[in-house]
Amino acid sequence: MPTDPTISAARGLLQKIGLELAFAPSSGTAGAATLRQLLNSLAESLPPTAPPDLRGMTMAAAGWLTEQATLSPGIAARFNLWHPWMEEAVSAWSHGLPLPPAPAGLPTAAAASQPAGDDAESQAVTVLPQGADEELMRLFCTEAEDLLRDIEQGVLTLEDAPGDADTLATVFRAFHTFKGNAAVMKLVVLQRLAHELESLLDAARRGTRPLTRAAIDVILAGADIFSKYVAEAARQLDGHDAGRSIPLPIPAVVARVRGVLSGEAAAPSPAPSAAPLPAAPVVTAAVDEPSAGVPTAPAAAPAVPAAADHPAAARVTAPHGGSIRVDTQKLDGLVDLVGELVIAQSMVARGAEARGVDEHLARSLGQLRGITADLQRTALALRMIPIRGTFQKMTRLVRDLAGQLGKEIRLVVEGDETEVDRTVIEEISDPLMHMVRNAADHGIETAASRAASGKPAVGTITLRARHQGGFVVIEIADDGAGLDPARLRAKAIERGLIAADALIDDHDALELIFAAGFSTAESVSDLSGRGVGMDVVRRNIERLRGTVEIDSRPGVGTTFTIFLPLTLAIIEGLLVAVGEQQFILPAVNVRESFRPRLGDVTTVQGRGELVDVRGQLLPLLRLGRHLGIETAAPDPLQAIVVVVEAGHDRRGLLVDALIGRQEVVIKGLGETFIGHDSFAGAAILGDGRVGLILDTTALVRLTTNRAETAA
Amino acid sequence: MTSSETLPADATAARPGKYLTFDIGGEIYGMSVLRVREIIRLCPVTPVANMPRHIRGVINLRGRVIPLVDLRARFGLPAAADHDRTCFIVTEVAATAGGLRPYAVVIDSVREVACFTAADLVPTPDFGGAIDDRFITGMARTATGVITLIDIDSIAAADAAPSTDPGDSLADLLKGSS
Repeated sequence: MPTDPTISAARGLLQKIGLELAFAPSSGTAGAATLRQLLNSLAESLPPTAPPDLRGMTMAAAGWLTEQATLSPGIAARFNLWHPWMEEAVSAWSHGLPLPPAPAGLPTAAAASQPAGDDAESQAVTVLPQGADEELMRLFCTEAEDLLRDIEQGVLTLEDAPGDADTLATVFRAFHTFKGNAAVMKLVVLQRLAHELESLLDAARRGTRPLTRAAIDVILAGADIFSKYVAEAARQLDGHDAGRSIPLPIPAVVARVRGVLSGEAAAPSPAPSAAPLPAAPVVTAAVDEPSAGVPTAPAAAPAVPAAADHPAAARVTAPHGGSIRVDTQKLDGLVDLVGELVIAQSMVARGAEARGVDEHLARSLGQLRGITADLQRTALALRMIPIRGTFQKMTRLVRDLAGQLGKEIRLVVEGDETEVDRTVIEEISDPLMHMVRNAADHGIETAASRAASGKPAVGTITLRARHQGGFVVIEIADDGAGLDPARLRAKAIERGLIAADALIDDHDALELIFAAGFSTAESVSDLSGRGVGMDVVRRNIERLRGTVEIDSRPGVGTTFTIFLPLTLAIIEGLLVAVGEQQFILPAVNVRESFRPRLGDVTTVQGRGELVDVRGQLLPLLRLGRHLGIETAAPDPLQAIVVVVEAGHDRRGLLVDALIGRQEVVIKGLGETFIGHDSFAGAAILGDGRVGLILDTTALVRLTTNRAETAA
Repeated sequence: MTSSETLPADATAARPGKYLTFDIGGEIYGMSVLRVREIIRLCPVTPVANMPRHIRGVINLRGRVIPLVDLRARFGLPAAADHDRTCFIVTEVAATAGGLRPYAVVIDSVREVACFTAADLVPTPDFGGAIDDRFITGMARTATGVITLIDIDSIAAADAAPSTDPGDSLADLLKGSS
């Protein structure tokens, strides 16, 4: 039971707040300031034992006021709901009763009731102002994403070359535009922060205050706040948690900006997005001096974006040639239509040939075929974008990691102009980030141990992208400690992943890191080694129909090489017949096919059928039986076994006949078939019918499961 | 359910406007023309195995792969062979991710586009569970008889089976660890 003085103090304050609210509409700014003071006193007067919701509501109310100087009608309406609730809540608390439910229509800012410490530095921000024009808001978000990308990349360039006037101007302009856009959207808090950051850059532009490391840190922290806001706004526009407010450390960053502007060395606080680490980044100390206006040598900065092949690539460059934004749905629509055109063209050609064509028509048809094929290639190329954006994210990541880990790491980027399918780019970002993190955390050694082994103090992580024979190849290389096959082997035995007497060569030992439940980190750090292993990375890459290989030498470094298909839109398919239907098997998963001979197919009691493939027994799945289709060849000896592979597992699929190979454009089956376990998609076949693409991974796994349950 | 006279107009109740009317199993149905994209003749259908009976499969509409649902089966009516008047209505239904997605249904034959005023519309009577009224938004009284108005969105929404994907994406796992 709370003591009486605390409660009467809270009651007294609430009474004063009530009075202030009654007069607020007439007292303008002064009223808001008094209210804020009273709310802060109330928050302070609440003992730690007070119900968290009481404190949360108080903090939330204080948050509404920081968003604006005067008490707008909207906020006044909130307070009219808030005040009676608070009175009831205090009374309930004094009697030891549960608090009444929060009134509907109050943005409670659940985040504001989070543990103290964050409170002083964060401010709850309503993400979507009431009555905001959705269309405009979407436009704001899209533009903001571009501007923020320019800002981040520009700032990282500036870190390397603080005197670069062009980049400085670009970043300044980006902030200025952002500020203007925020003003249009009436996002007052964001506008204010953008203004503060802009003045920082303005000072640098005029040469009155050079960009120090601390200034760059604070600009990046500000950009992070904007990114967080924009991401949340985009989410809410899509209908998730609309109206929710989120805490943003705006006051803290504003204070830091002012600190930098007034010449104080800003408190070396880590970037807000990063996990807090007790120690400040060691390497920053030298650069933090106010005299650091002199361009620092690239090697002194912990993470320097250095593009070996294309020195200009790391700079912010104006988009060349001009580009336009196109809705991806329109793009997919175009690809669909072009695909249909290709089919129509081949039907016309076939029809004409059947009737007999003269030379003139044959030539025209040949020309048509060439043009449609070109058109299809061009349409598919529209989905390809340079991997630059993803690599830029890594530059930032390495910079932050270097600071947190107290290591000196430089990131070298090569071939960031390599074009990759949009979908691939979206999906590859997380695995790449994980691998870069691993390289920084486990790969690169500390400066001291690098020096001891005669290596340069600055570790290097290299990201390379290139096209190679129909694949996109991405390499992540570090010049760190490398992996010791003997240690991996020992670890795998300890984890029970391999038998103690298993004979595996060094390369296979390296492959062990892709095994589930394998982690080489001696200690669990904040960054990696928390159960997200390389097995997940490999699985994600395989989901993109790609592969990943590892090469490592102790003391020299580790290189991961990822092979990805150029596009996810087209696959090489193997057409098979089951009954009257045709199905497509992704050719990349097909190992071989053959007609079984007598004795090749055996039935094992309770474990289904097995097929003998050159001495290896593989489980056999009769596709017709699985899909409920009457087959033309119920006798396996009249049918065909197709050996498919997913990961390291192989299975035999029994089909009636092979029809041929064909490149097909993959289409999704849509949400009607969500959760279907046999098909990965569909494609339009040469005769205009829809052919279903079999999900080989699912089919292989299905057989495995059956075998296991039966065993 | 309250009495049909005083029933307030809720979000799912049929609104006055233009309706495409069609026959299924000797009964007349109608759906809002705003959702109808086109009416096409029979074309080859690719069946999709292991799906409920009312999902006939997928069709190719100018390069797009579209699900095809048999309304006869959906309404629990006995199956009938397709004939020369059988056709597919291609509609647009609400997608879970927002926006619209194409969705085709099989019907026995198309009648006409009729305009129903508020006076023509009657709320769905309480069938007392005798029939499946999940997809019915109301009835329309006409000179030829009563037309059952159906909501194509709720028909399509009932198809979407819950996902069985465990969703162990790297993004999810990373979220849990950082």
